Amino acid sequence: MSPVVQPAARPAPVVGCAERPVLRERGQREVFCGLTGIVWLHRKIQDAFFLVVGSRTCAHLIQSAAGVMIFAEPRFATAVMEERDLAGLADANEELDRIVARLVERRPDIKMLFLVGSCPSEVIKLDLSRAAARLSQRHAPGLRILNYSGSGIETTFTQGEDKCLASLVPELPAVTAEPQLLVVGALADVVEDQFARLFATMGIDDVRFLPPRQSRDLPPVGPGTRYLLAQPFLGDTARALDERGAVHLPAPFPLGAEGTTKWLKAAADAFGVDPMRFRSATAAAEARAQQALAAYRDRLEGRRIFFFPDSQLEIPLARMLSRELGMRLTEIGTPYLHRTHLAEELALLPEDVVLSEGQDVDRQLDRARAERPDITVCGLGLANPLEAEGLTTKWSIELLFTPIQGYEQAGDLAALFARPFDRQTRLRV
Amino acid sequence: MQLTVWTYEGPPHVGAMRIATAMEGVHYVLHAPQGDTYADLLFTMIERRDKRPPVTYTTFEARDLGSDTAALFQTTLREAYERFRPEAMLVGASCTAELIQDDPGGLAKAAGLPVPVIALELPSYQRKENWGAAETFYQLVRTLAAPPASADGSTAPERPARRRPLCNILGPTALGFRHRDDLAEIRTLLASLGVDVGVVAPLGASPADLARLGEADFNVVLYPEIAGVAARWLKRSFGQAFTTVVPIGVGATQEFIAEVRQLAGIDAETSLPETRLPWFSRSVDSSYLTGKRVFVFGDATHAIAAARMVTEEFGFTLVGLGTYSREFAREVRVVGEAHGLTALITDDYLEVEEAIAALQPELVLGTQMERHIAKRLGIGCAVISAPVHVQDYPARHSPQMGFEGANVLWDTFVHPLVMGLEEHLLGMFRDDFEFNDAARPSHLGAGERVEAVAPAAAQAEAATLEAAGWGEDAEAELRKIPFFVRGKARRNTERFAAERGLSRITVETLYDAKAHFGR
Repeated sequence: MSPVVQPAARPAPVVGCAERPVLRERGQREVFCGLTGIVWLHRKIQDAFFLVVGSRTCAHLIQSAAGVMIFAEPRFATAVMEERDLAGLADANEELDRIVARLVERRPDIKMLFLVGSCPSEVIKLDLSRAAARLSQRHAPGLRILNYSGSGIETTFTQGEDKCLASLVPELPAVTAEPQLLVVGALADVVEDQFARLFATMGIDDVRFLPPRQSRDLPPVGPGTRYLLAQPFLGDTARALDERGAVHLPAPFPLGAEGTTKWLKAAADAFGVDPMRFRSATAAAEARAQQALAAYRDRLEGRRIFFFPDSQLEIPLARMLSRELGMRLTEIGTPYLHRTHLAEELALLPEDVVLSEGQDVDRQLDRARAERPDITVCGLGLANPLEAEGLTTKWSIELLFTPIQGYEQAGDLAALFARPFDRQTRLRV
Repeated sequence: MQLTVWTYEGPPHVGAMRIATAMEGVHYVLHAPQGDTYADLLFTMIERRDKRPPVTYTTFEARDLGSDTAALFQTTLREAYERFRPEAMLVGASCTAELIQDDPGGLAKAAGLPVPVIALELPSYQRKENWGAAETFYQLVRTLAAPPASADGSTAPERPARRRPLCNILGPTALGFRHRDDLAEIRTLLASLGVDVGVVAPLGASPADLARLGEADFNVVLYPEIAGVAARWLKRSFGQAFTTVVPIGVGATQEFIAEVRQLAGIDAETSLPETRLPWFSRSVDSSYLTGKRVFVFGDATHAIAAARMVTEEFGFTLVGLGTYSREFAREVRVVGEAHGLTALITDDYLEVEEAIAALQPELVLGTQMERHIAKRLGIGCAVISAPVHVQDYPARHSPQMGFEGANVLWDTFVHPLVMGLEEHLLGMFRDDFEFNDAARPSHLGAGERVEAVAPAAAQAEAATLEAAGWGEDAEAELRKIPFFVRGKARRNTERFAAERGLSRITVETLYDAKAHFGR
């Protein structure tokens, strides 16, 4: 283990890397495809079912990702294409109709069905949007059927959620110009409730969330809608909301005490909340978050961290870890860098960080090995092999499956990064 | 299209990965879209390997489809060779790459690499994981195995006379269910028989090792799903006989030993490791296991072995048998017929679920998926076959094969059942607030055996009973029968009533049926 570097021993990093060059790489990408989003989306929207139209590989992927969950009846499945579907011997539309009918019979409680496109269905150009429209008519009004792509050729990991939410946007009821706040991105239920309380305390009462917990509770949208992105990977969803007249509120993402305050402030300013009222609504919670973070600062300050690309959460996380916990950033990899949505984040990053977009995994591994960071954030395919090489890792998927946003979770988020170090000092074998 | 809730096998390229990952010095270049690298974590997380699988993916994206994906494949292949310098390479396509038809085999040949490059043709829309593993292993053996020095190729060659006979062990792979410990167990067993082991493949073997396959006197095939095709080729080409009995269970292990002795030409009996299963099964504590109704499902090898064990070594009654291994459907059907059953050959999880619900067994031996089904139906369950999850790649020695394997399986099969005394007491006192029908067997900890039945579901069940002609008294009497045999009692009574044209089921009918069927 490398010694903790005292902050005094190095110059304070110059803040702001909005103009910095980004290392763009092509090569093998060690990332998930967008189908993986189903693993958390099916729990968030409780009356929705996700039917992947794909191959055995797609079915195998989702079950490998979700396989530890023992449930009798998952709310997702795969329509596996077979030889006769490809040879044109079976009419794909008739086959889909048959499968959807069987599903509906088995799960009469589902109210919304997503037909999820995959690499094979896209390469053979199966028109799932038309199929969704046709099936929606047949199963109306009890069941709404939508379509989006979760294929690897189109989407990386969390972009599956983006495509799913973007497909929901045209379904949202219209609302006229009344001002209304929309929070976009799947959040843990507890985090959603905390945000709703904070907004209510500062006087913003009409706050809705996308996705909703039940498909019948779709939030309305219109020219009066102001939306905050709770997640950084929602490019398409934002564009679709813009088309409905909603207006994006630029902000850093609500990770850590600072990020959460800035994020809430963006909404407060847009809704004309008095600064005093904003402070009184947030001050106590912010102080609590800072106190929780302080407990981890000793353990994390000065530690060097390296991010492999995975979810697009890398840049906001790196910002939070460097500014609020004093960690030193080496390379931050992201699968995709949305410059507009991340503008506020990039401005807060120190100058000396390497940003990379895309991946050539072997070359990136060479860089990580040369750097020997104190902790490496990476996917499950790399984590154990890097641990075996003596590098401490934090597996990145957990950051999607844990409540990390908002004040009350700031300490938990820090704990996720402190735990691998804690474990190292405990184990004597 | 097939509606798939759970899939028993992955696509065939995952089978090829299992071979490449099992071996040393082999690298696999897989033409596949971004995202298919998920398969790496089967090896790094589920099997907890400490190295990345030796697989390089092209991970093409939509924007690549407009340009030259074939060039992308060639660049990836060259770079993978330069970086990893393997002794042999595998090239192939995943399901999506199969659709765009870039011909990895032809492209690899054109690249002119200085090592053997084996092109894999794995039809993703017809075949599955085990087939892919078998085909990959076969292609590797075909390409790399050299005949024994004296072979002229036409007849079984003479092998040099040795003091001790020599065999290869074929079949264990990466991500195999208990392959690590089975291999250790069989090595010990062969050593105690006086047989030397030459090459173990694919697990731990290099291309150079495969070249030595022909030197052995015979082959031990542990997993026919993986190594059957290669073993038959070795027999045709080099005249090497191979074992046909898979040593899972005491009886099967004894037959395996006899087969090995015969193939190795060993007459002398040697002292063998011991097994506790026969004594445990004969001890009076086990008499309550007699006739317990068991459903078995898994890959063909493990299902056939379990069917024999439960009937001959545990004294259970086999009420259902099935496999998802279509390649071995015939063998499983034959075993089913021997027990008066029609084997269920399917890879459709929902069909397996229907079969188990209809048969109402007291124990399910199956895969990870049957755990889901058994949990939902409130039936005890143990895992005997892949697919399995991380808890079935344990740290402790846990073979299925040989005599220690039989010990392991004894504990595994009996554990989920309600223990003897508790079973008696459940039959006598129905209304205990802690130890009742809905509760889990108490040695498995407190809690509900099944989720609390929703009022709607309870009403629905009452309605089906009424529809079947059950009177209220008879229905109440039915509920006094312990849960693990209640389903069977209900089916027998309804059948008895239907055969006699009774429209109403009374308490009398219930006991008449019991007397008629004997249980």
